[in-house]
Amino acid sequence: MTGTPLLEIRDLTVSYRTRTGRLTAVRGVDLDVHPGEIVALVGESGSGKSTTAHAVPRLLADNAVIEAGHVRFAGEDLTHLSERGLRAVRGARIGLIPQDPTVSLNPVKRVGEQVAEVLRLHGRSTRRSAPLDAVAVLERAGLPDPETRARQYPHELSGGMRQRVLIAIAIAASPELIVADEPTSALDVTVQRRILDHLEHLTGELGSAVLLVTHDLGVAADRAQRIVVMSRGRVVEAGPARRILDDPQDEYTRRLLRSAPSLTVARPRVRPAGASSPGEEPLVVADGLVKEFPLPHTRGTARTVRAVDDVGLTVHRGRTLALVGESGSGKSTTARLVLRLVEPSAGRIVFDGEDVTTAHGDALRRLRRRAQLVYQNPYASLDPRFSIGEVISEPLRAFRIGDRASRTARARELLDRVALPASALDRRPAELSGGQRQRVAIARALALRPDLVVCDEPVSALDVSVQAQVLELLAELQADTGVAYLFISHDLAVVRQIAHRVAVLKDGRVVETGTTEQIFGAPAHPHTRELLAAIPGRRARAATGPRRSEERA
Amino acid sequence: MSRTLDEDIVAEAALAGPVGHGDWTAHRRFDLARTGRFLLRRPGLVLSILVVAAVLTASFGPGLFTSRDPLTGTPAQAFRPPSGAHWFGTDELGRDLYARMVHGAALSLKATLIAVAVAFVVGGLLGLLAGFVGRWVEDLLMRFVDVLLSIPALFLSLALVTALGYGTVKVAVAVGIASVATFARVTRAEVLRVRQAVFVEAARSCGVRWYGVLTRHVLPNATGPVLVLATLDFGAAILAVSALSFLGYGAAPPAPEWGTLISEGRNYLANAWWMTTLPGLTIAATVLATNRIARALDGEFARAS
Amino acid sequence: MRRYVIRRLAQAAGVLWAAYTVSFLVLDYLPGDPVSAMAGQGADQGTADPAQLARLKAEYGFDKPALVQYADYLGKAVRGDFGDSVATGRSVTSVIADALPQTLELTGTALVLAVIFGGGLALLATYTPLRWLRQALLSLPPLGVSVPTFWVGLMLVELFSFRARLFPAFGNDGLRGLVLPAVTLAVLSGAMIAQVLAKSLSTALAEPYVETARAKGAGRARVHLHHALRNASLPALTVLGVLVGQLMANSVVVETVFSRNGLGRVTAGAVSAQDIPVVQGVIVFGSLVFVLVNLAVDLIYPLLDPRIVLAGQNRWRLT
Repeated sequence: MTGTPLLEIRDLTVSYRTRTGRLTAVRGVDLDVHPGEIVALVGESGSGKSTTAHAVPRLLADNAVIEAGHVRFAGEDLTHLSERGLRAVRGARIGLIPQDPTVSLNPVKRVGEQVAEVLRLHGRSTRRSAPLDAVAVLERAGLPDPETRARQYPHELSGGMRQRVLIAIAIAASPELIVADEPTSALDVTVQRRILDHLEHLTGELGSAVLLVTHDLGVAADRAQRIVVMSRGRVVEAGPARRILDDPQDEYTRRLLRSAPSLTVARPRVRPAGASSPGEEPLVVADGLVKEFPLPHTRGTARTVRAVDDVGLTVHRGRTLALVGESGSGKSTTARLVLRLVEPSAGRIVFDGEDVTTAHGDALRRLRRRAQLVYQNPYASLDPRFSIGEVISEPLRAFRIGDRASRTARARELLDRVALPASALDRRPAELSGGQRQRVAIARALALRPDLVVCDEPVSALDVSVQAQVLELLAELQADTGVAYLFISHDLAVVRQIAHRVAVLKDGRVVETGTTEQIFGAPAHPHTRELLAAIPGRRARAATGPRRSEERA
Repeated sequence: MSRTLDEDIVAEAALAGPVGHGDWTAHRRFDLARTGRFLLRRPGLVLSILVVAAVLTASFGPGLFTSRDPLTGTPAQAFRPPSGAHWFGTDELGRDLYARMVHGAALSLKATLIAVAVAFVVGGLLGLLAGFVGRWVEDLLMRFVDVLLSIPALFLSLALVTALGYGTVKVAVAVGIASVATFARVTRAEVLRVRQAVFVEAARSCGVRWYGVLTRHVLPNATGPVLVLATLDFGAAILAVSALSFLGYGAAPPAPEWGTLISEGRNYLANAWWMTTLPGLTIAATVLATNRIARALDGEFARAS
Repeated sequence: MRRYVIRRLAQAAGVLWAAYTVSFLVLDYLPGDPVSAMAGQGADQGTADPAQLARLKAEYGFDKPALVQYADYLGKAVRGDFGDSVATGRSVTSVIADALPQTLELTGTALVLAVIFGGGLALLATYTPLRWLRQALLSLPPLGVSVPTFWVGLMLVELFSFRARLFPAFGNDGLRGLVLPAVTLAVLSGAMIAQVLAKSLSTALAEPYVETARAKGAGRARVHLHHALRNASLPALTVLGVLVGQLMANSVVVETVFSRNGLGRVTAGAVSAQDIPVVQGVIVFGSLVFVLVNLAVDLIYPLLDPRIVLAGQNRWRLT
């Protein structure tokens, strides 16, 4: 790319003052964004990508200090600009799209007012024209029925709509640069896709450059002309998107590419479970499951919402059934129904030939012993006061299996199974990383040698590289112990790696079931096809796939 | 399996350090160096701990601080301002005010401890019952708590004093009952919060029975904030007890309760400033110190690394 | 909305009834016989004349079964009749009504002072970029909640009445006589408001929507007053609802210190004289004030935060 860059970051170093000293988050980062260009800044949590992005309009936390380097924007050094000077740049020339749309709008102000504020602050509208101008901007941001929306409060809008409002705020004054910090990570994939499409279209129209911060290489590959990869505060690799994807130079980039589920072309980690004889009785059969929740009373009428509506499923021994759906599709509730943690409103659950729909007392405890659960958030599912050893041996204690010494021995053995050192036994959960905690949760689930483990989004709170390791571990354990998984996920790319069969849920109903090959190869239901199309990285894959084979030829 | 990427490396480094001995029931490894660093950076907290320690010592062994008699004075030495001989000065009967404060600590602190204990035990049990049992038990108990909260605390204490009569212990019980409602509320909220935590459902789903959930998960995790409240309430109870004894409902006159001392000094406000000023400062310092400690207990240590 | 208010008023009546019952149980049925207490008036109770005791018992209805007594008393209380003061023989209602204006004047002034100074301190402490000023300001509220109220009053008297001779040390006369008692009463409440508001303001200022506002190019003052303050005012408002009752109760101490006439003085006198009907009347009145203030606070919540829907059940619910 020729010409002078619009944004030129040189040798930027940012650190945070903490009670124990300085913590350097960004070290000597160089980065250019040219006019009209989309640059993706990619990295895992703690890589310093967000700090770098926020340092551009100097919207850093109070305890952050820019130690060195400069940020030149259209020839002006922002690191030394006065607060007054910065106010003229923020919003007018640099727009920011923040991370989480659910908390980034002021809850007590109407949407229209919040968009109008940018226009008023920078003199783009008069007091009289601001409300109408705000509606026009909302319309441009793709918000349906903008007149009504402008009069509503943020909590009356869905997450996707709120993100469009934030986009409207960012583009209102037609800035030359938009800094987008993980703009869609909190949204469902199909919404994410539509919003990114629209953002790309808008910035193209306005000629704005975009600095897109993302943890998802797939998103970066789809959207950006250039990719900058960060790790532990440093830029490890930067270059044109195509080059980074096809020919990564840095070891870290390669590893990131290998573990990104959305960019890998079908690489099943599970063994084909061919051995299961057709006549064998399935482990779990659920039929016509319904769960209704009461809604808060409004005007005296009791209403209910159907979270799960006539769901049937079958889990075979030693196999994995994945339940896939977007938020609110009822997948987590279904899992809890199967485990009898939630009482079904209707339907039947048969576990290993025994009807457990209304089991209680000893029968329920037998079920608890044979079916375990791994939670999405490993930070919440382990009692912070327990040591790792106590966490893992808790199920053994609950069922009075063995004495203290033998339980400790079993806990040590289980730690070894999940590839954690035995020294972790005495640690507290807070001393472990997210990936390690999830391993502990898996060890606890396996302590009783169960037949079924329900995994509720077990990897979605983890970084991609850790994700890959945990999935591999789950597959290994299945091969060794013959445990069956009911695997809940919103992420089709993850499901593809681990599941034998897939059930797609939408609004509490199963819309399609089939083997993983069928679902991914020949999806029948439109919703399945929409979900598949929304997996980020498809565009990039479609473009690079053939080329790679040419090179080999 | 290779665990190489950054987040795991960081935690790995933590794991590689010296590991506890084989006995893995020893939960709390007391980290002396860390505690020392924590305290060094907070001179105010250290001072607070010293103040509270001194007041507690005085209340159990006043002889350690003074050898004078708090009840008999030398009339010839009445109204002496603070000096080397009489640190806090003397009162209208020539009694040493410092000795009276030191001996008064026993009475005032006894009252405070009783008040906090009543509030903690009664309120804590009500809250625990409401939070853990739920349903109509919760409704009933919490409506009762709402009613108690609707009566301003001092009014409720005064009503109880009217009914029970005067004296240190009765005042203490009156103050304690007035804060039962707050304890019940906080305990219930904590129990509910913990009961809905994911790790509690996790325990349930791996077969732990209800009493196991209660004793092993809910109680240990819910007591922290209630203990913080108890520390805060300690300061509030000192103030409430001293206010009631200032109003004249505490121990009978010659006994040197802190509030009574100030109320006695009130009559000589114009010519013997020390008789009100110094006891008041002592009370304020004690309350300030317990509040500072409460703040430290409220997760300050856990947050600082 | 109207349904909500009606429902809340019914609830308020329920709370008042319960408060009355609690006070009845505490005052009339705790150990210690109220009649001998009244007859003895705090003196040695063994010497009371048996005939006088019996007469008093009949007069106050203590010879009837407990439930009948309770029903009698409650029936009268509903009509605003809390009986007559044992000490003076005047009706409790008129005793309270006579003392109320002076106490309202005192607590009202104190409330205004507390809101202005407590709120101002919190705003300034969170606004100022000067670290030392912020820390100096934030060290004041913990001090304010740690000093005994009666002692603050005495110190103010010593400094401003006896030494500086600026304000009178006691009495009810005029505006000058109001200054010291109101300041004394305001210290605790002001400190509490400052603590709560400073905390909720710094929480609000750390919210992501504040960053959105700054990214729009809004200045410090605008972010503070336009975006953070309204979000932060809810917890402060909740505290305010509790503080009104507390101010009224603390007037017992302050009016004693400054020898002012008012409800607090009446209460202190009634407790000393074991004048049970007056104490009971004061408690129910305190409860009434608390219930009304909190109803008002609940009605203000939705105006400040549109997410709050008046749900009629427990306070309010976030949607």
